[in-house]
Amino acid sequence: MRYLPKSDADRRAMLEAIGLESLEGLFSRIPPQLRLGEPLRLGPGLSEYEVLEYFREQGRRNPAFPSFLGAGAYRHYRPALVDVVASRGEFLTAYTPYQAEISQGILTAIFEFQTMICQLTGMEAANASMYDGSTAMTEAALMAMRITGRERIVVSSGVHPEYREVLGTYARNQAMQVIEAPYDPDSGATDAACAAALLDGRTAALILQSPNFFGVLEPWQAAAEAAHAAGALLIHVFTEAVSLGLLAPPEQADIVAGELQSFAIPPSFGGPYAGVIATREKYVRQLPGRLVGQTTDRAGRRAFCLTLSTREQHIRRERATSNICTNQALVALMATVFMTVYGKQGLRELAEQNLAKAHYLAGKLPRRFAGRFFNEFVARAEGASPEQINQALLEKKIIGGLPLGRFYPELADCMLLCATEMSGRAELDAVAEAFARAAGGRA
Amino acid sequence: MIRKVRSHIVQEEPLVFELSSAGKRGFQLPGLDVPAADAAAELGAENVRGPIEGFPEVSEVEALRHFTRLSTWNYAIDLGMYPLGSCTMKYNPRAHEEAARVEGLAWAHPYQPEELAQGCLEIMARLEEALAEITGMDAVSLQPAAGAHGELTGILLVRALLAARGNPRRKILIPDSAHGTNPATAAVAGYAVENIRSNDRGMIDLEAFPRLVTEEVAALMLTNPNTLGVFEVNIARIAEILHEKGALLYMDGANMNALVGVTRPGDAGVDVLHLNLHKTFSTPHGGGGPGSGPVAVKRELEPFLPKPRLKQEGGRWRLDYDRPQSIGRVRAFYGNFGVLVRALAYILACGAEGLRQATVDAVLNSNYVRKALEPYYELPHREPSMHECVFSDQRQARRGVRTMDIAKRLIDYGFHPYTVSFPLIVPGALMIEPTESESRRELDLFIEAMISIAREAEENPELVRTAPHSTRTSRVDEVSAARKPVLRWRPGP
Repeated sequence: MRYLPKSDADRRAMLEAIGLESLEGLFSRIPPQLRLGEPLRLGPGLSEYEVLEYFREQGRRNPAFPSFLGAGAYRHYRPALVDVVASRGEFLTAYTPYQAEISQGILTAIFEFQTMICQLTGMEAANASMYDGSTAMTEAALMAMRITGRERIVVSSGVHPEYREVLGTYARNQAMQVIEAPYDPDSGATDAACAAALLDGRTAALILQSPNFFGVLEPWQAAAEAAHAAGALLIHVFTEAVSLGLLAPPEQADIVAGELQSFAIPPSFGGPYAGVIATREKYVRQLPGRLVGQTTDRAGRRAFCLTLSTREQHIRRERATSNICTNQALVALMATVFMTVYGKQGLRELAEQNLAKAHYLAGKLPRRFAGRFFNEFVARAEGASPEQINQALLEKKIIGGLPLGRFYPELADCMLLCATEMSGRAELDAVAEAFARAAGGRA
Repeated sequence: MIRKVRSHIVQEEPLVFELSSAGKRGFQLPGLDVPAADAAAELGAENVRGPIEGFPEVSEVEALRHFTRLSTWNYAIDLGMYPLGSCTMKYNPRAHEEAARVEGLAWAHPYQPEELAQGCLEIMARLEEALAEITGMDAVSLQPAAGAHGELTGILLVRALLAARGNPRRKILIPDSAHGTNPATAAVAGYAVENIRSNDRGMIDLEAFPRLVTEEVAALMLTNPNTLGVFEVNIARIAEILHEKGALLYMDGANMNALVGVTRPGDAGVDVLHLNLHKTFSTPHGGGGPGSGPVAVKRELEPFLPKPRLKQEGGRWRLDYDRPQSIGRVRAFYGNFGVLVRALAYILACGAEGLRQATVDAVLNSNYVRKALEPYYELPHREPSMHECVFSDQRQARRGVRTMDIAKRLIDYGFHPYTVSFPLIVPGALMIEPTESESRRELDLFIEAMISIAREAEENPELVRTAPHSTRTSRVDEVSAARKPVLRWRPGP
């Protein structure tokens, strides 16, 4: 086996040093009836060429057509530098940086990551990343319960449906009560009056996503006031991180939980991505997940280390703030390289291009909601179902939008479309044409 | 004598914010092929932000050098042995990275039509099947994002099954040798934790155990081999005792690297277990993630697995959401797919024989190290070791040298430290897991370093207590970092 650095002679010599006769002897403690009598049914090992051919073959079954899918996973260009950095063995094959003296590389990069997330969100502290946006939002809700000592969470139905499902899974096993606030059927934004009415003295937090699942900007300033008036926190969720390049940071939120996939993380059929939680300094000790802090070494030089670990499971065990151990360091590193490469001006220009592409397309389609939007919007299919329009697009080797009926039965005639800097004008026009043909009875 | 390393020039580098100067950029966007949009008009002026204060402004070459220079400050598997007990730091083959970057896989959107995602679904199905075969279990969910997430999923499954039987019960038993994630997970799943004491051999006490398994107990969370690296020989009997009382056996699969191809937890009566693909199946740790923590279960628990589930119909794979008994989702989408690709690549490359040989070599390496270091370090438990061995600093402590000091001195010898002060049942623990990826030469260098440090602890304890001496950064002040946390950069006055 090419991954194993031993000859049979090595193995014999090592056995002799240990004082064993055979390799079987290494397992003498395992009761014979529990030892496998036959090889695993997995077949023989394959060469590198054969392994890669298998995956290339599977890749060919998923044609990478231009696509208008968003909904929590976005198609953005990935600068070459991102994979160059993330492929360096010193980053790729390092462990969690508990040994600070030989881990300053990743510790420094994560400190930069935490800083950039604060700069983008207007928050004062950010953790070193979470599994993904959905678990970040759920952990943010648990954090809000710890801070307020309350157990009710009001979540907008404009939050990503799968994020809400994850919240529900955790809620069923905690003393957490989840209430959904409806969206306004005209604007597509959360019905602010309705949400405010649901907040009371038992409410730990109001959760809004902005832009929301329909791509619509939420009235989070008003929501923050309503939440604070009830003594609750506002949790602001984002799934499209590129929007932060152009949209005002959610400074009045208490906790920001988001997904960074848009920052040069490949869509990769849903993961690995990187979630993050940012918050006010006063709540730092309730933050779940790893944190990197600045300190000094014995010579007084600036250095970084994992810190505030008394919140974490390996110290606190059943009294930890969360059971989370792993973060998404390498993915967070990719996002950090992305933010560095695009930088202050580039991220804004990128966001402006997304805005322009989506608004160009939306101008040609029947929009379902009147609310303001960034790079995603809901269009109503006329004269054909969303699925039929997608089928027509597929014949032109274009993947259309996400039909919404599976998540919102009342929107079964609608689809969610996302346009990014990678959407070419010809494809945008092809989508517009498919809608027009359907509306004209020509689908 | 230090043979593995000698000193070398290291580049200094400020934080990227300190490198920045106004107007620099590292990237150019393509020309816009549609009319520009007026942000204030489309979004509302109040919703448009000003410049991102302090955000990086550097050129491409500066960005590349910045991260390359930082990278040289890290130790990594690519540089040598990483004997972190319970972490299974093994070689990460680069072909697997290439597999995960195949265009049709890396650019697959989680919501693209199933007929255009057959390749992804096939890969997931094949991995589920392989993991079921390796563990001796009936069904696998790939959704959990990491080990602790898999633990949580597993305990939620236990709760769901017991609730369906009429009573979810109240508490989870956890040995005092367990990883901290076990009790934290049980608490997040809404269970009370009852810690059970190991016997003087570090094992579950079979005499006392049956009395602990009351009608209140939902499950035992057992790590096997345990964190001393010792195989729990009574595992089948432990499973029986639990089952007789209607409780379940949860196995933490963190140490599965000692078992693959040799014995299967499912055959020993385990009901549910999680795996760490970033340990046993060689996906890179990446400085702390991403991981992946699949959960494998017996038939009885299958209806409760997170949804969606893979289902084959007419030769095509599809995602089945119609799972009325499912515990629900534990994350968005289907799992850390890119990590799953790498794990399957590892399994395909190794095959049945290679996987078994990896286990054998891992156990061989651990026993080789144990034998060589026994004369120099205290071995608190003498049961045969599997993939890792655990010493204590008892002898060195007499000279004021503790396990952390020895660990830090190892850095000067060119090695990453072993796991320090864990498991908690061994005071001053040195937990060493070489994995199968180390050659005899690398192991001999490690042994030589450890023996040399034992001698230094006798002859010059101060040298060890103040290590490391050769790193760019000397021992850092973790106490001040926690007392006055500085978690982000801010511009100077």
